[in-house]
Amino acid sequence: MNPILEVRDLSKSFGGLKAVNAVNFKVAEGELLALIGPNGAGKSTCFNMLMGQLKPSSGEVYFLGENLVGKFPRDIWRKGIGRTFQITATYASMTVIENVQMALMSFHKRIYSMLPYAHKMYKSEALEFLQMVGLADQAERHCAILAYGDLKRLELAIALCHNPTLLLMDEPTAGMAPTERESVMQLTADIVTEKNISVLFTEHDMDVVFGHAHRILVLNRGELIANGSVDEIRNNPMVQEVYLGGGNLFESEEAAS
Amino acid sequence: MGLFVAQLLTGLANAATLFLVASGLSLIFGVTRIVNFAHGSFYMLGAFIGYSLMQVLPGMFGFWVSVLLAGLAVGVIGVIVEILVLRPVYKAPELFQLVATFGVILVIQDLALLTWGADDVLGPRAPGLKGIVRVLGEPVPKYDLALIAITPFILFGLWYLIAKTRLGILVRAATQDREMVGALGVNQAWLFTGVFFLGATLAGLGGAIQLPKGGADLLMDFNILAAIFVVVVIGGMGSLPGAYVAAALISILNVFGVTYLPQSTLVLMFVVMAVVLMIKPYGLFGREEVAGEHGQVGEPERPIKPAGIAVRLLVAFGIFLLALLPWFGSDFAQVLTADVIIFCLFAASLHFILGLGGLVSFGHAAFFGGGAYVAALLVSYLQTPMEVAFLLAPIGAGFAAFIIGWLCMRLTGVYFAMLTLAFAQLIWSLVYQWGEFTGGDDGLVDIWPAAWLNGTTPYYYFTLFFGIGGILILRHVAHSPFGYALRASRDSARQAEATGINTKRIQWAAFTFAGALAGLSGALFVFSKGSVFPTELEIGRSFDALIVIFLGGVKTLSGAVVGGASLEYAKDFLTRFEYWRLTLGLIIIFVVIVAPEGISGTMRKMAERVGIIRGREGDS
Ligand SMILES: Nc1ncnc2c1ncn2[C@@H]1O[C@H](COP(=O)(O)OP(=O)(O)OP(=O)(O)O)[C@@H](O)[C@H]1O
Ligand SMILES: [Mg+2]
Repeated sequence: MNPILEVRDLSKSFGGLKAVNAVNFKVAEGELLALIGPNGAGKSTCFNMLMGQLKPSSGEVYFLGENLVGKFPRDIWRKGIGRTFQITATYASMTVIENVQMALMSFHKRIYSMLPYAHKMYKSEALEFLQMVGLADQAERHCAILAYGDLKRLELAIALCHNPTLLLMDEPTAGMAPTERESVMQLTADIVTEKNISVLFTEHDMDVVFGHAHRILVLNRGELIANGSVDEIRNNPMVQEVYLGGGNLFESEEAAS
Repeated sequence: MGLFVAQLLTGLANAATLFLVASGLSLIFGVTRIVNFAHGSFYMLGAFIGYSLMQVLPGMFGFWVSVLLAGLAVGVIGVIVEILVLRPVYKAPELFQLVATFGVILVIQDLALLTWGADDVLGPRAPGLKGIVRVLGEPVPKYDLALIAITPFILFGLWYLIAKTRLGILVRAATQDREMVGALGVNQAWLFTGVFFLGATLAGLGGAIQLPKGGADLLMDFNILAAIFVVVVIGGMGSLPGAYVAAALISILNVFGVTYLPQSTLVLMFVVMAVVLMIKPYGLFGREEVAGEHGQVGEPERPIKPAGIAVRLLVAFGIFLLALLPWFGSDFAQVLTADVIIFCLFAASLHFILGLGGLVSFGHAAFFGGGAYVAALLVSYLQTPMEVAFLLAPIGAGFAAFIIGWLCMRLTGVYFAMLTLAFAQLIWSLVYQWGEFTGGDDGLVDIWPAAWLNGTTPYYYFTLFFGIGGILILRHVAHSPFGYALRASRDSARQAEATGINTKRIQWAAFTFAGALAGLSGALFVFSKGSVFPTELEIGRSFDALIVIFLGGVKTLSGAVVGGASLEYAKDFLTRFEYWRLTLGLIIIFVVIVAPEGISGTMRKMAERVGIIRGREGDS
């Protein structure tokens, strides 16, 4: 199968700190790929480079054969990549459905229109996306008072608006109860199959990762230390060292976050 | 050569005052993030108090003691202002405090008038430093040399205070990271008060020390304001060496400008500032501001919805009443109401970028006055028919906003505000000093509407149509995809950029659009008055609009309109009294303290509390 995304020798340093160091991996079509690693491993930094929020120190990112390095996030988005953020980014002054409508207006290149009423545009499409992520009943609520888990769902709905080929999800289940985590991840897995899009996601909950990922990448201090199937990673001594040797990783994180 | 050196020395001597005042402003901003517009007033008070003290304290000793005491007295006044006026509003949204400081300016202006009278006072010469010294054959006042010698010591003293003392460590910590100071267990309120004392003292010293050179008058507060902002911005907010270098640069440039380019002295300063900011956006010694993720402080705004039937009917009824005014109102009432409508359109156009876009512009008058001047110039020089000039005015103002917006867009927050101020001042000084073309101080006169609009009532209807029409257009666009994209860019630039929105370009377009509508209000203005003067481009004009937006409530357009109408009518009423500034200033301060969310925001809150309108779900 052809890779959708190919990352070659991607690196980023902040001053002396090598946050991401010569990372290589590919994402195949329809793949649900997990990127895991302890806090500060460089996962979000990786995402930021893929989406153009950060400029890599070196390396290339090929998406459908085209190098994305140096492009703006908005252009990378048009090429068919969507993302959600670790710290949610939504439009706090709008209603839930307006957040989705905004993305649809942008997708249909209507953001410079001054004549129509925005709140009437693409309303039914927006509602469909909200239905998909289970937010339809909260469509008219003010975004600023949403629960954190619902904000994560809203971000997912926004990211689906332009029918992406590849979705980057930074901790899609953070701040959710275990049952909700499971349902959101199942939802994501369903979308992957239904729309045939690829998903690269980071996650600290290993049950979620082992339960749904097709393949797993392990990042530690900016280095990619493992890349394989769920079973391979589960039994990889190096990964166990990082996680178990480094203390009970994600329990402590949960407490911290 | 001799002349050159002499001028260099004059420039450096002038820099002493500028540095003192500007460093105070810079310190206050660095720690409290308050843009203290009243700083020029502290400077003026320093001059007047110093003058009074010098009348009773004789001799060389008396002179310098008076300077010091004047500084300390102004410091105490600064503390009073901080405790009474600013403390209650620290929690208000960013930049809201500047409205309070503007109220302080008005109050101090009238108090100074009451105490010292309207006449300029001539500063006493410094005892013992009265003569001149010849430097390379050129005369240089001894007092200038004394100032040049003193300034480095002041700089060093301040530097020592900031770099070596506990207060200094706190000040630096607060400048870099405000939350941290709270974590250090410092009483933030007293730190702020302390810094205000220091900053105001410096301004007072600056005012007193320049007495032998410039004396004291009631205009000096505004006259120095632009210059000290320029110095602080060029040097970098919060940087003392930066303030010194910038003060020296500006002062020297000014002295040479007077000699070699007398037509451009005012322009020069702002050109330098614009150039510096375009090369180094955070000033010569400033550090980049780490912008927060969310543009708005405090409670996020609520979703907007187009008005319901009831509100529409109400607005239609209001417009209907306005249309009836000529039937029952006097000519004067029509003229006044036309003025109010024009001002409301101007304020509403600023609200578009400030409220929806989160872009605080200090220089919106450039487009109001710009539109007025475009129309006036067309009529004066090309005999353009009024109708054509009226249409070209908003286009011209929009074009100016297009250029200025492009230059300012790379900056954010207070730096953006400062750069817009700089460009507005640039345009003002161009118009002011290019007398042959623009009429300079005498303005352009005889700019009357076409024959069919002659008379109070026809022009009143014309204003009603275009003024209300402009406001309704602004309101409609706010609800259009463009208005939504503008709000999205403010709410979360990160998400907007990641979903295909070029946020800077949206903001630039909004800036241009708002500029064009400000130009429309300017065009209405010039034909109603028949003339235009540089005052329409002044800082004061921009502030008028800023004040009504903050007073009326940033969050809704109706706030800007209600605020605009209240201020215009209040001004018309108050200016009949002698001490109207004092009254208006006190009213402004009062509103700021009592209603930190603006008049309309606070009224809505109160209405919700008593259950007239439904509150936001989830609120309790
Ligand atoms: N803008 C920045 N400037 C300096 N250092 C940074 C910056 N962004 C990230 N870092 C550093 O880079 C390293 C990787 O950070 P990153 O956010 O990518 O980790 P992560 O794997 O996403 O961690 P987490 O699980 O906590 O989200 C960290 O040490 C972080 O402190
Ligand atoms: Mg992360």
